Amino acid sequence: MIQFVNVSKIYNNKVVALRDVSVKIEKGEFVFLIGSSGAGKSTFIRLLFKEEEPSRGQILIGNRSINRLKKKDICVLRRNIGVVFQDYSLLNDRTVYDNVAFALEVMEYPGKVIRQRVPEVLEMVGLAGKADCLPTQLSGGEQQRAAIARAIINGPQILLADEPTGNLDPETAWGIMELLNDINRRGTTVIMATHAADIVNKMRKRLIALDRGEVVRDEERGVYSHEA
Amino acid sequence: MKLRTIGYYFKQAFKSMRRNFWMSVAAISTVAIAAFLVGIFALLVINVNFMATKLERDIEVVAFVEVDVPRAEVLELEKQIKALPGIASVTLVPKEKGLEQMYARYGRDRDLLGALGGDNPLPDYFVVKAREPERVGRIAGQLAQIPQIYKVDYGQQEVERLFQVLGWVRWVGSALIMLLVGAAVFLIATTVRLTVFARQRELQIMKLVGAGDWFIRWPFFLEGFFLGAFGAGLACVIIYFGYFSLLEQVSPNISFLTLVDDPVVVYQVLWRLLVGGAGVGAIGSIISMRRFLKV
Repeated sequence: MIQFVNVSKIYNNKVVALRDVSVKIEKGEFVFLIGSSGAGKSTFIRLLFKEEEPSRGQILIGNRSINRLKKKDICVLRRNIGVVFQDYSLLNDRTVYDNVAFALEVMEYPGKVIRQRVPEVLEMVGLAGKADCLPTQLSGGEQQRAAIARAIINGPQILLADEPTGNLDPETAWGIMELLNDINRRGTTVIMATHAADIVNKMRKRLIALDRGEVVRDEERGVYSHEA
Repeated sequence: MKLRTIGYYFKQAFKSMRRNFWMSVAAISTVAIAAFLVGIFALLVINVNFMATKLERDIEVVAFVEVDVPRAEVLELEKQIKALPGIASVTLVPKEKGLEQMYARYGRDRDLLGALGGDNPLPDYFVVKAREPERVGRIAGQLAQIPQIYKVDYGQQEVERLFQVLGWVRWVGSALIMLLVGAAVFLIATTVRLTVFARQRELQIMKLVGAGDWFIRWPFFLEGFFLGAFGAGLACVIIYFGYFSLLEQVSPNISFLTLVDDPVVVYQVLWRLLVGGAGVGAIGSIISMRRFLKV
């Protein structure tokens, strides 16, 4: 379970990114974060994997506050949260296999486990035949699948996705959404920030709308906008 | 830390050097040039010191005894000089030996000496060596105080000038070495910072998937270490062959130049360069990435 309790984030240059946000996300939920650029979606996500610190308020993950974590515990937290970005964040000088294996190398998994698990995950995201390709040899959708494979290889409880379909054509984007939905059905909490109205409307999942740092809507099975 | 992880660190360090090939070449050349200059200056200072000590050791004070002092008194005098503080050795050269030396020196002009008519006009004299060269002046002064001694000779001005020059060479040499080491550290830190900067993204992703600081640092640390060691190693090879071929050229041809030919001394310089290069590389890389490791 993830809980924001009166969380505000004010950046150094006095820009208010989040204002007094309180939300509760249950384990296994699929949540869309929507809102225009600068509404605070990315900040919301960055606070969850401790890329940023909240200025005020508490963030709880599994009933435990993550506000004051030691460096070591931040590493542990990040190992249990998968993150996917719009720009894929792959290392372009390594093969798909190495990019995915990298996450396990960091956690010092034995080689045997790595050699077993990486092909399994690549199979699951539909990249079984592309293990030896470099990211630059893949299409955008395939690169995002590789990034998702890296994010989920450790079986995280939470998957954060910051506009994962932002650079993809609708059809490819839909493929990614099916993959994320699949991961969610296996029990992973998925929080996805997006602009894509058609995807939100088609998926009909919980929707949290942010506007200038404030939660303006929080609906089960929500649609992108009521006018649409 | 698991053995497998250590292997991973080494693999990453070498992969990274290959990937950033030209940057690595730049870093290695930087270290090599700096290490080469430091090594050359170190050898220069060592050689100057070596020559200086040799010259200093050769400085002798010659004290001439009045001609009419009886032998027994001269022997007594020898004991007295030996008792002075800071004396390394005292050799008495009796007048008979002095004459012999003179005969030997003049060789076939012995007739000239025959004119002396069997008399020996030479004085007895002492050759005194000081334990430390700095004491030569004081010892000469003390010898001059002895009433039976009429003249003390030790090339005062030459000795003083020599000390002055040596002092300068040592001082300038040390300052230059320190300057070069400083410049080398700066250049390496800059080079490594550039490689770290080029791989900021990699660092970000590492942090993203939950890598600890040292997990990120180790490959960079090893990379810096090896870049430094390779550079210094290159310099060592050049210095090694350069120096010993110089020795071969100089020793037989220029007799007044005595260079250090003890390989152990040269090895000591070289291994220090190697360790220093590797250390500077490793420290440079750690310093450079500090900024990038903030959460």
